Amino acid sequence: MEIFQKHTGRVAPMDRINVDTDLIIPKQFLKSIKRSGFGVNLFDPIRYLDEGQPDTDNSNRPINADFPLNQKRYKDATILLARKNFGCGSSREHAPWALLDYGFRVIIAPSFADIFFTNCLKNGLLPVVLSEEQVEQLFDELAEKQGYSLQVDLEEEKIILPDDTDMHFSLDPFQRHCLLNGLDQIAITLEKSDKIKEYEKQRSRSHPWLFADVSGHI
Amino acid sequence: MAGKTLYDKLWDEHLVDEQPDGTALIYIDRHLLHEVTSPQAFEGMRMAGREPWRRLANLATPDHNVPTTKKERLGGIAAISDPTSRLQVQTLNDNCADFEIRQFSMNDDRQGIVHVIGPEQAITQPGMTVVCGDSHTSTHGALGALAQGIGTTEVEHALITQCLVQKKMKNMLVSVNGICAEGVTAKDIVLYIIGRIGTAGGTGHTIEFGGEAIRALSMEGRMTVCNMAIEAGARAGLIGVDDKTIEYMQGKPFSPEGTFWDSAVTAWRKLISDKDSIFDRVVEIDGTAITPQVTWGTSPEMVAGINGRTPTCDEMTTEAEKTALKNALAYMGLQEGQKIIDITLDRVFIGSCTNSRIEDLRAAAAVVKGYKVASSLKQALVVPGSGPVKQQAEAEGLDQVFEEAGFEWRQPGCSMCLAMNDDKLGEGEHCASTSNRNFEGRQGFGGRTHLVSPAMAAAAAVAGHFVDIQSWRYK
Ligand code: SF4
Repeated sequence: MEIFQKHTGRVAPMDRINVDTDLIIPKQFLKSIKRSGFGVNLFDPIRYLDEGQPDTDNSNRPINADFPLNQKRYKDATILLARKNFGCGSSREHAPWALLDYGFRVIIAPSFADIFFTNCLKNGLLPVVLSEEQVEQLFDELAEKQGYSLQVDLEEEKIILPDDTDMHFSLDPFQRHCLLNGLDQIAITLEKSDKIKEYEKQRSRSHPWLFADVSGHI
Repeated sequence: MAGKTLYDKLWDEHLVDEQPDGTALIYIDRHLLHEVTSPQAFEGMRMAGREPWRRLANLATPDHNVPTTKKERLGGIAAISDPTSRLQVQTLNDNCADFEIRQFSMNDDRQGIVHVIGPEQAITQPGMTVVCGDSHTSTHGALGALAQGIGTTEVEHALITQCLVQKKMKNMLVSVNGICAEGVTAKDIVLYIIGRIGTAGGTGHTIEFGGEAIRALSMEGRMTVCNMAIEAGARAGLIGVDDKTIEYMQGKPFSPEGTFWDSAVTAWRKLISDKDSIFDRVVEIDGTAITPQVTWGTSPEMVAGINGRTPTCDEMTTEAEKTALKNALAYMGLQEGQKIIDITLDRVFIGSCTNSRIEDLRAAAAVVKGYKVASSLKQALVVPGSGPVKQQAEAEGLDQVFEEAGFEWRQPGCSMCLAMNDDKLGEGEHCASTSNRNFEGRQGFGGRTHLVSPAMAAAAAVAGHFVDIQSWRYK
C-alpha cells in the first residue's frame, strides 16, 4: 500500500449529500479486471452529459460545465470536500480506485459509509471526518478563494488551513500506523498464523460441522 | 453484568486476536465470491505468490454479469455477447480452477445470485461469519449469522488469511412491534425503517431486527429485511434464531447431518440476544402503522406510503435537504407534493437478492393471475434468484402465469438490479423494481427506479401505475 504521511493540495467541492458508489463509478466500468484506469470515469454520470462506456475515448464526450471537476479553478485538485454519508451503497473498491486514479489523496466529509471508509484506508486514500460546522466552513472558504489548498498531516492528525489555523481529526491508531508506513495488512495478519491455526483447532472441536460438512459435500 | 447481544456473541466466538486498542482479528467461516469484485483479489494473491488459507471455506458463482436470456445463456460463457462481461465470467472460472475454489458455474443448476444461493444451499448457516465482496452480504444475517460486505482488498485478505481485521461495531436494535396489516410485506417494513432512520441511520452499527412483526416473517422475508440493512448504513443486519430458522436449515444440501445436526441445533438455539443485554441504540417502530411503501427519489430513504405524496420543500429543514429533494425530483421527473398513485411506469422488474425467492414470485404471480400487463408498459421482467427458485417456480406453473400475463421469464442472475448486462432502463423511464437501490442510473443511464414489494410491482405492472395492493382484487 502507498504510504500516506503529509499531503498538500488543491481542494475541489462535491456539494451533495449521500454521494453513492454508483455515482462515483457506475457499473459499466466495473467489468474491468484491473485496478487502474478508472480515473477518467470518476463521477461519470454527472461529469459528462452522455452515457460513458468502458474502453472508449472520453476526450470527445460532451462535458457538464457546471460540474466542479470540469472547471479550471479546480483543476489538479487532490483533496475532495464532500457532504455526509459519502460513499454509501455498494462495496465496490473501484470507487476509491477511481478517486485515487483521478489524483485524489484525501476526502473530507462529516461522515462516510462504513465499507467505503474501510476500502479507502486499504488503498492509501485518506478519509477525514470533520464536524458539519468545520465542513461548512471549508465549503465557504473554498467558494470564496481561487486555488484554495489545504495541508493534511496524518502524523499530527490535523488539517492546516491557508490562514495557518488548524482542524483536528482522528483516525483509528492501527489504520493510521498502516497508512503512515504503507504496511501490507495481509503480511501483518499472516504473522499471526499460529493464532489462526490454534483457533481453527479449537473451533473444529467445538463446532465440527463448520469444518466438516463442506469438505464432505461440495 | 449485562447479558450479551447476538452480535456480541457472534463477535466473541470468532475472535482470534484482539489488541489493546480494540483492533481485532475475526475468523471467517464462509467466503462467497462473484465475478465483479474478485479478479483483482486473485491477481493480488497471484502476484504475491500467496495461496488461499482454507479453500473449502470459499464458494464462487457468477451472477452480476450473466445474461438472462435463454439463447445467450445456453451457449455458455463463449456465447456471452458483451466481451467485457464474458472476460469477467471467464476470469472467475479460470481463477477458481487455478486456486481450486469451488464454483457453481454459470450453467450449474445451483447457480444464482450469491445471496440467494448461500442460504438456499445452507452454504451459509446460523452462527457463521460470512463475507463476500458485495454489500448485500447483510442478507445472510437473517439466519443469525454475522454477514458483512467487504471490498476487494478484504476479499484478498479473507482468501489468504481466513480472517478480517476489524473493530467492533456498536449494537443497534430496531424493534418492529405489533402485527403488520395484510398486504404489508418484509420489503415494506424495511423501506419504512429506512425512511425513518435514514440511509446513514445504522452507520457504525450492527442492526438487529426484532419485535413481533419480524418474528412473524418467514425466513425469506427476514432475508429481505437484512438484505437492506446496508441501505440503512449498517454493514450487517441480524435476526435471532428461532424455530423457523432451524426448520429452514433442515435438509438443505449443505446442512449438517446426523450428530453434527444435533450439536449444531444446540449451538444455534443460543444465537439470540440475552434478555438483559444492552443496545447502544434502540429504535421502536409501530408495525401496525406501516402501509405498502414506494420510493419516489434517488435514495432508499426517499420513500412514502402508497397513499402518500412526494414531499415539498417547505417540509425540509436544512438547505442541503432542500437541494437534495429538488435534485431528486428533477432526476425522477416528479413534482413536489405529487401523488404516488399517479406515477406511471414504463417497465417492471421482479428480481434481485432482495426479492427473487420463491415466496416473492408466488406473491407476484398471485397478483397477476388472470390479468394482463398494461399495454403502456414496454417491458415486465421476472428474473428468479437462482436455479432452484426457477425450477420450483416452473414446477408450480408460475412461469406460465407470468408469461400469460405478458411478463418475460428469465434465467437467474442480478439482471436489471444493476443493469450490468442487457437488462436495463432507457433514459427517463420509470420502473417499479423489487430491488434495493434507486440511485441515479442504477438500472440504466437516466433510468428512474421505484423500489417496492413484489406484490406492489406486480399490481403496478397490470395497472400501468402504482396501486394500493391492499385493495387489489385477486382473481
Ligand atoms: S441482485 Fe443487485 S444488489 Fe443483489 S447482488 Fe446482484 S447486483 Fe447486488
